[in-house]
Amino acid sequence: MKRIYVNEKWCLGCHLCEYYCAFANSGSDDMVKALKDITIHPRIKIEERQGISFAVSCRHCEEPLCVKSCITGALTIHDGVITIDSDKCVGCYTCILSCPYGAVMPSGSGAIQKCELCVKNSFGTPACVQGCPNKAIVYEERA
Amino acid sequence: MNYVIIGNSAAAIGAVEAIRCQDDQGKITIIASEPYHTYSRPLISYLLCGKTDLQRMRYRPESFYSDRQVTPLLGKTVSAIDPATKTVTLTDARVIPYDKLLVATGSVPFIPPMQGLDQVEKKYTFMTLDDANALEEALTPKSRVLILGAGLIGLKCAEGISNKCAHITVIDLADRILPSILDERGSQIVREHIEKQGIQFSLQNSVASFENGTAHLKNGESVPFDVLVIAVGVRPNTELVKNAGGKVNRGIVTDQYCLTCLPDVYAAGDCAESLDITTGSQRVLALLPNAYMQGECAGTNMAGGEKKYDHAIPMNAIGFFGLHIITAGCYEGEEYVDEKYGCYKKLVTKDGLLKGYILIGAIERAGIYTSLIRQKTPLDTIDFELIKEKPQLMAFSKIERLKQLGGVKG
Repeated sequence: MKRIYVNEKWCLGCHLCEYYCAFANSGSDDMVKALKDITIHPRIKIEERQGISFAVSCRHCEEPLCVKSCITGALTIHDGVITIDSDKCVGCYTCILSCPYGAVMPSGSGAIQKCELCVKNSFGTPACVQGCPNKAIVYEERA
Repeated sequence: MNYVIIGNSAAAIGAVEAIRCQDDQGKITIIASEPYHTYSRPLISYLLCGKTDLQRMRYRPESFYSDRQVTPLLGKTVSAIDPATKTVTLTDARVIPYDKLLVATGSVPFIPPMQGLDQVEKKYTFMTLDDANALEEALTPKSRVLILGAGLIGLKCAEGISNKCAHITVIDLADRILPSILDERGSQIVREHIEKQGIQFSLQNSVASFENGTAHLKNGESVPFDVLVIAVGVRPNTELVKNAGGKVNRGIVTDQYCLTCLPDVYAAGDCAESLDITTGSQRVLALLPNAYMQGECAGTNMAGGEKKYDHAIPMNAIGFFGLHIITAGCYEGEEYVDEKYGCYKKLVTKDGLLKGYILIGAIERAGIYTSLIRQKTPLDTIDFELIKEKPQLMAFSKIERLKQLGGVKG
């Protein structure tokens, strides 16, 4: 399946992926209105230190520990994409305990949030990839 | 192939999902005493405080059994396993044959003998949906509740009912709350937080006797109460395997493939022991994620695949009144402790490996720590100073990151 891959050599540390992620999941069709004067809570996050930077988001693991560990059944995998039913999630954070990449996070609403490859929003394909100006984040099928 | 599973919770569901990955033809029967669709047991406290409901606390969708062609025999109890004839017998005398059997019978509350307990009218345990419903029915806004046990179950119960009663007192024999997952300092932090909600603790104490709605404690105090909750501990439900001649220590003994010493009889979940890789000891790790993964492993092997259950560690994510706690592994070794802004962190290392950790308050990205424990990552291959500061992939080598994020194989 197509996945998000990160090439840290090309990452500028511009954080645009974070803004695109927050916009894509805001439900708004106007990026400025969606992001103006708010603290964003993106599902992709840049790590940076001493000139090195890279984006981290859900790897959509083939053997997803978050899904196997989820105590409610709110995290599920369908066609390789791991999504969260935030109505079912009680925010116990067992998925945060389990994810080896630190790619699942609290959302502020009580439930957790994570990258869902934009399958649930109007973008349809990952907005972070579209927003990356240097192709440091790609969405590809690899063998 | 004819698969029979005794139990209908996480381990059983893990087994069904694993079996169906390999075998879409075999017959699967689930037999469980509780008459309910599979539900998440840890959610009963969330049910009482209104954070979930009967519909949402289902562990799998309504159509789970039909989608996976499972015959559920719910509200039926197995009374015996006969490994010689490869059958199980139900309490209604029905006999069901199996080719492969999974025992996923969970655990039952332990109720210590206490003088006068039989006179206590409103007494409850807190393990099942029926328990939760019965407790809720007994509570009134004026109820004074006495909870025996300051462990995970007792305290989750306290949180769940705190808005439904007048007062809660929690008693425990131990000198601190949550002794199975927290060290002294961590326990103190969480205790102070819970006390701010009006919940009262009486530690290093126990009930000497009950008398007319009053608990007389060992330290001489008397606590009047209306409702009693007993949450002092659980016992693995091992009787069926023991009576069939299987080996049982504290839990059912299995090999790395989740096979008991009875042929074609597997065991998984809270009833079974597993190898805790942080201590190297066989123990019962009664935790939902472990139950699922052990069940999944058993199911894979029952269906002719090969999978070892060899990454089990104790691990807990739990919260009380908005304070989140994540812990994993064991705490014997060299300690690194950091406490600031109301958050607490302890990392424990031994033999060049991360063995355990406690995070209270700031729990972000804890799974990076968990993974270091599960994978036994040598700490000299990562930047431990960075990892101590916070869980981050920056602490790994560039090559490792290429594998983790860049899709590079190998």
